[in-house]
Amino acid sequence: MQITIDSLRAVAIGCTILGGGGGGDPRIGQMMAEEAIKVLGPVDVHALEDLDPDDLILPCGMIGAPTVMVEKIPNGGEGRAIRDVYEDIYGREFKAVMPFEMGGINGVLPIAWAAHAGLPLVDGDFMGRAFPELQMLTPHLLGMPGSPAVIADERLQTIVFRTRDNLWLEKLVRNAVATYGGSACGGMYPMTAVEARRPLIPGTVSLAEQLGRAIRSGADDPLEALSELIPAFPLAAGKVVDVDRRTAGGFVRGSAVIEGIDQYRNQVFRLEFQNENLVVLRDGEALATVPDIITLLDYHTAHGIVTEGIKYGQRVRIVAFPSPTQWTSPAGLATVGPRAFGYDVDYIGVEDRYG
Amino acid sequence: MGDASWRVGIDVGGTNTDAVVLDAGDRLLARVKTTTSEDVTAGILDALQLVLADLDGPVSNITHVMLGTTHATNAILERRDLYKVAMVRIGGPATRSIPPLAGWPERLREAVSCGEEIIDGGVEMTGEPLVPLDEEAARSFLGSLAGRAEAVSIAGVFSPVLADQELRVEEIAREEMGHVPVSLSHQIGSLGLLERENACILNAALVRVARRVIDGLTTAISAYGVSADVYVAQNDGTLMGLDYVRRYPVLTIGSGPTNSMRGAIYLAGISDALVVDVGGTSTDIGIISNGFPRESTTAVEVGGVRTNFRMPDLVSVAIGGGTIITDDGSRVRIGPESVGFNIRDEALIFGGPIPTLTDAAVATGRADFLGTPQQVDSQADLLVRAMEGCDIFVGEAVDRAKVSRKELPLIAVGGGSILIPATIPGVSEVIRPDQYDVANAIGAAIASVSGEIDRVYKLGPGGREEAVSDAVATAKGEAVRAGADPGSVEVVEIEEVPLAYLTEPVIRVRVKAAGPLRPPRTAHEAMER
Repeated sequence: MQITIDSLRAVAIGCTILGGGGGGDPRIGQMMAEEAIKVLGPVDVHALEDLDPDDLILPCGMIGAPTVMVEKIPNGGEGRAIRDVYEDIYGREFKAVMPFEMGGINGVLPIAWAAHAGLPLVDGDFMGRAFPELQMLTPHLLGMPGSPAVIADERLQTIVFRTRDNLWLEKLVRNAVATYGGSACGGMYPMTAVEARRPLIPGTVSLAEQLGRAIRSGADDPLEALSELIPAFPLAAGKVVDVDRRTAGGFVRGSAVIEGIDQYRNQVFRLEFQNENLVVLRDGEALATVPDIITLLDYHTAHGIVTEGIKYGQRVRIVAFPSPTQWTSPAGLATVGPRAFGYDVDYIGVEDRYG
Repeated sequence: MGDASWRVGIDVGGTNTDAVVLDAGDRLLARVKTTTSEDVTAGILDALQLVLADLDGPVSNITHVMLGTTHATNAILERRDLYKVAMVRIGGPATRSIPPLAGWPERLREAVSCGEEIIDGGVEMTGEPLVPLDEEAARSFLGSLAGRAEAVSIAGVFSPVLADQELRVEEIAREEMGHVPVSLSHQIGSLGLLERENACILNAALVRVARRVIDGLTTAISAYGVSADVYVAQNDGTLMGLDYVRRYPVLTIGSGPTNSMRGAIYLAGISDALVVDVGGTSTDIGIISNGFPRESTTAVEVGGVRTNFRMPDLVSVAIGGGTIITDDGSRVRIGPESVGFNIRDEALIFGGPIPTLTDAAVATGRADFLGTPQQVDSQADLLVRAMEGCDIFVGEAVDRAKVSRKELPLIAVGGGSILIPATIPGVSEVIRPDQYDVANAIGAAIASVSGEIDRVYKLGPGGREEAVSDAVATAKGEAVRAGADPGSVEVVEIEEVPLAYLTEPVIRVRVKAAGPLRPPRTAHEAMER
């Protein structure tokens, strides 16, 4: 598989689905990758097993506020700067780039860096969706360190983090990013191809591309087209009648109230989010929770709506997609289950509830 | 001694150019509706001449002339009369991954570009410098284009937070290039660098168009013996003095729907309402809150270019008086095709062969035209079903345009407003004002003057109250600078948005203030001072 300008657009749309409301609008990342592909040509996408076991892989993405990045757009050389620091540390070269988060802007930004580096992109990631914190990556569940992590700003100033654990990594990086001015690019959880086999959530880049194409094909029923690619559980269709957003602890927390239409008429749904959508409730009862991917889709086009973009009056569908299996283990749920985000409910996967 | 302070409102639309004269009490003294001509300026002059001829009273009573026009939109769509622009972006080493003009249609890019450069500089969201401004780079780039560039666009990272660097580069442009028009992004758009830069470049390119319109209009006005202050309507429903129009021509884009909405609420005598403007092929639905149109919070495309300057938030649907109805056996299909201007030849009621929504309005008793009702009767079943389908469609579109669950009155204007049913879910009443067909020109004539600010604040010890009161003071100052009466400027809109993901509390505040025009004499005095 290759990522061309055309397939890039599909990947970006797919990232709005897999993002579950989080990760920001992919647009800036998409434009960066478009400029890079225009000049440097398409990016090859490889399955992990096509790499040599000893090949070094660079998982990367942006960290911080996507709303800052729409103003302070990256330099474009951040990927190179991060790679240079790592290659100094390891004394050898990376053989592939990988998105650490396949949702929102981070699903497309590594494509730009892969184009600049002339490296292939691994078809997979460490979240299978979007999450807000740096310990919420699958290698963390396996006790693998995020360190050494390297971040760079658009001035190409770099910092290396070697922390005692991944929670400290989250804490220290978050503060450094604030000092940088609110957004930064980073690499973390560097590893070889053989080490990546266990944590990898495979196939997510090509999945995003297929989801994007299905939506773009303009089928009469885009939801139907999606569910041919991935199990999709429609929970509601309705109209946004209230949105409440506030900042707490460096994150946007809030909720949206959706009044049902079609077969959901006379039902009221409540969607709660912290950057990503976390829980869908009806009459106080949870219909779906993290780590299942809960996405608000445009009622007509099925494009994903990021939490910053929820507005009164939007016609939407609430659809849940099953979580990557890594997150539903006890360790996974301890890290990204409903209780990790402050909800005192048990996780019951949408496949068990409705399958 | 009566207050002889009359105002002329002129609106140039895609189809019609309308003009009205109002007295000091906003009473309608004269009106005229003409067809928009190929030469738009000539059309304005015709409309002006006709409305003055229709006026019963001395033209010396006219103190203000207000113009709303599609000149700028047409110039972009037709790539005509545009200046060649030198583009400076202040943001390096940030932003180099996406150059200026990325994503522009190729032919528009060729028509507008004279060269672009990203120089080091820009600020953080907090106003601290990203890196020092590279003045030498600005000087050498602008110097190299002196004599070739007809206008300059300057856009800096986070300039809505702190504009010093854009202002400094403007000085350098003056030193190197002499008297070229310079557009600064912080005065035009809000946060979102690429969209703001695009709007700024379009603005620079449109300065020639603005100059021509202004010269034509002022020459004609004095030729007709009128001595009045001239204003141009902008897209937020307020007016700009000519000096402002020369500097911010891009802000006139989108003034048409705004004028129509403002005219509608004036005619209906209320300040909060939904406005539905039904034309021949399409319908615009917008919401007026506190006398002003609600603005779009997402990017707006103009001629294929994404911008983020202020535009009314409209729901547009392909429903109009000329919309064609077809029956494909299983269901009735409504549009999106329309017979458009040919309705008087092609609709059933006018003896034509094509069932349209105007015919459906006749069949359901909403409208009555002299014509051939037997043609309508023969397809009554289809037409009645189409009207039902159209009502559901309009109801959904109206609901999409609303921002809250509260019931609102709805004002129907435009030639096709007969299609609008008497009751709509979520609507408290449907109002159909007289003179609905010149609502646009009336909207231009009654417009007030506004100032606006959209800025990011890092919260200090004074908290958000301090940030908001600073924003309010700045917005009011802008309104007064634009010509508003300082005694009656009021805040019409405040919006606060917390920014995500940051550990420090930061908010973005948008404030708009507006007030009626300063009395003409004071305005002259202000100008002389």
